[in-house]
Amino acid sequence: MADTALHATPVTTEARSVRLALSSVVLALTAVLLLAPLAVVFAEALRAGPLASLQAIGQPDALAAIRLTLLVAAIALPLNAAAGLAAAWAIAKFDFRGKALLITLIDVPFSVSPVVAGLALVLLYGSGGVLGDWLKAHDLKIVFALPGLVLATLFITFPFVARELIPVMAEQSRAEEEAALTLGASGWRMLRTVTLPNVRWALLYGVLLCNARAMGEFGAVAVISGKIRGQTTTMPILIEMLYNEYLSTAAFSMAALLATLALVTLALKSFLEWRHADLLAATRRH
Amino acid sequence: MTRTLLTRSAGPILAALLTGSALAQPAFADTKILNVSYDPTREFYRAYNTLFAKWWQDQGHGPVTIEQSHGGSGAQARAVIDGLDAQVATLALASDLDAIAARSDALPKDWEGKLPHNSAPYTSTIVFLVRKGNPKGIHDWGDLVKDGVQVITPNPKTSGGARWNFLAAWGWALKTHGGDEAAARDYVSQLYQHVPVLDTGARGATTTFTQRGTGDVLLAWENEALLALDELGHDKFEIVVPSVSIRAEPPVALLEGNIKDADQRAAAEAYLQHLYSPEAQALAVHNHYRAWDTSLVPPAELAQFPDLQLMSIADFGGWAKVQPAFFGSGGIFDQIYGE
Repeated sequence: MADTALHATPVTTEARSVRLALSSVVLALTAVLLLAPLAVVFAEALRAGPLASLQAIGQPDALAAIRLTLLVAAIALPLNAAAGLAAAWAIAKFDFRGKALLITLIDVPFSVSPVVAGLALVLLYGSGGVLGDWLKAHDLKIVFALPGLVLATLFITFPFVARELIPVMAEQSRAEEEAALTLGASGWRMLRTVTLPNVRWALLYGVLLCNARAMGEFGAVAVISGKIRGQTTTMPILIEMLYNEYLSTAAFSMAALLATLALVTLALKSFLEWRHADLLAATRRH
Repeated sequence: MTRTLLTRSAGPILAALLTGSALAQPAFADTKILNVSYDPTREFYRAYNTLFAKWWQDQGHGPVTIEQSHGGSGAQARAVIDGLDAQVATLALASDLDAIAARSDALPKDWEGKLPHNSAPYTSTIVFLVRKGNPKGIHDWGDLVKDGVQVITPNPKTSGGARWNFLAAWGWALKTHGGDEAAARDYVSQLYQHVPVLDTGARGATTTFTQRGTGDVLLAWENEALLALDELGHDKFEIVVPSVSIRAEPPVALLEGNIKDADQRAAAEAYLQHLYSPEAQALAVHNHYRAWDTSLVPPAELAQFPDLQLMSIADFGGWAKVQPAFFGSGGIFDQIYGE
């Protein structure tokens, strides 16, 4: 009897063969559903040789698309991080009327089709739209220009940061923040020294997810892009255009690059998790 | 407590939110023109833009930059109506330009008479693309409704090319049956029963036929079919020219409402007029379009266009009549496709 305490009891009770079979099924599904499509993209990209791929990516239109995609993400990310942080903070730390409504609103981009989001922006800011005449009178371009692309991306990626932060912030009590304020810290100082450090991992995770989605967004951006080569074509849009123009190597080279950017984002996240495992565990224990 | 915490911290966050809301467009140094076009013209306009920019400067004008946007013709018209700031529209169908004229201030209603040949500087026609060796023995429109033949053509509701396909088939049937409309309707109705999938655009239909291997014959723009042969191999497909087809006239127009200043107007007008120059016409032929002026076209390139009997949209009463009667809601296409 006393021996059982010394030996770790296995948690699973299934036979070894059952466990093996279940694991193989999961691995096989992962390979078929996730790895195979990715592998095909890279194989197609490299079919004409790595040099041809590099040349395709070096085309002025392709470089412009890469620049634009990174620029849109660079503008959308900090805005979404700030908005997500503010929303999560309000929801997790305060009780107010309409809180449930706010939570539902944050989820709207998850449930609304991106095409609908793009069309809504056109209806709002396009000529003939609600704000169309006013924008035209002031010579402001929103649709078929950079601001439209940013707005579409902001809309689609809005929930990512907030959704990551809300559970973490809700789990942590208000006590530390209240202590900081009682000790005379300003709101800004409290945010920098108490709130942000407590949620930094969740925030980073949200921002990285947001980044992957922002770079890959197609539907909403396609509606509002206007598809002007070198001006308003982001990477996903250029990929579709190149494919339709029989330029397979160029299309798949761009696709491989986009996938790589997303994978780098994920790798970065995993690396940070591994590097700071202790801190992460500590934050989660809060 | 709660309230102070919220209000005292809201300022900086709001400020952070508002930064970056001023997203100004860069100032333009030289004259810029945006050409809104449809899918298959990409190669042609890339070459023509270079030719025009050089010619314009040789005439003693300042530098001009031409930007391009390509997409489905109907979708591109929609974008112009929604405010896409283009100065020149070069689309697949007169009815798409009519839609712009009807629903926005960008284009005057009488655009068609402003340039020669109904504002169509180059034309094309509808031909058949079949698999190498023509295994189903398809030679003319009548063969398309034989047992076991699958026809690929896009949806005329969304595709400009598909409407030309429909009208060419209709016109052949009318001619064959001595002008009997009931017989024409019967033939076209049979034809669409042989269509397994209706893609939304011409390029999508070409991909369905060539890459996915669906169907025995693709009804295609002649320029698309020739391009597909170039890109995908003469050893896999061949072109069959029917006895009768239709002259497709993709029109061009100046989008008056989007012109900023006199410089831009001069450049944009010249851009369209120069499409009719012998050099530009030769370039169009090189990109598989039929041209009006073939004085500079090498004879070898003219050989790509076989002679065939061509109807024109005027034979059907013009797009203003054809569009609602055939492709409008409840029109002839809806009637036969619903049967």
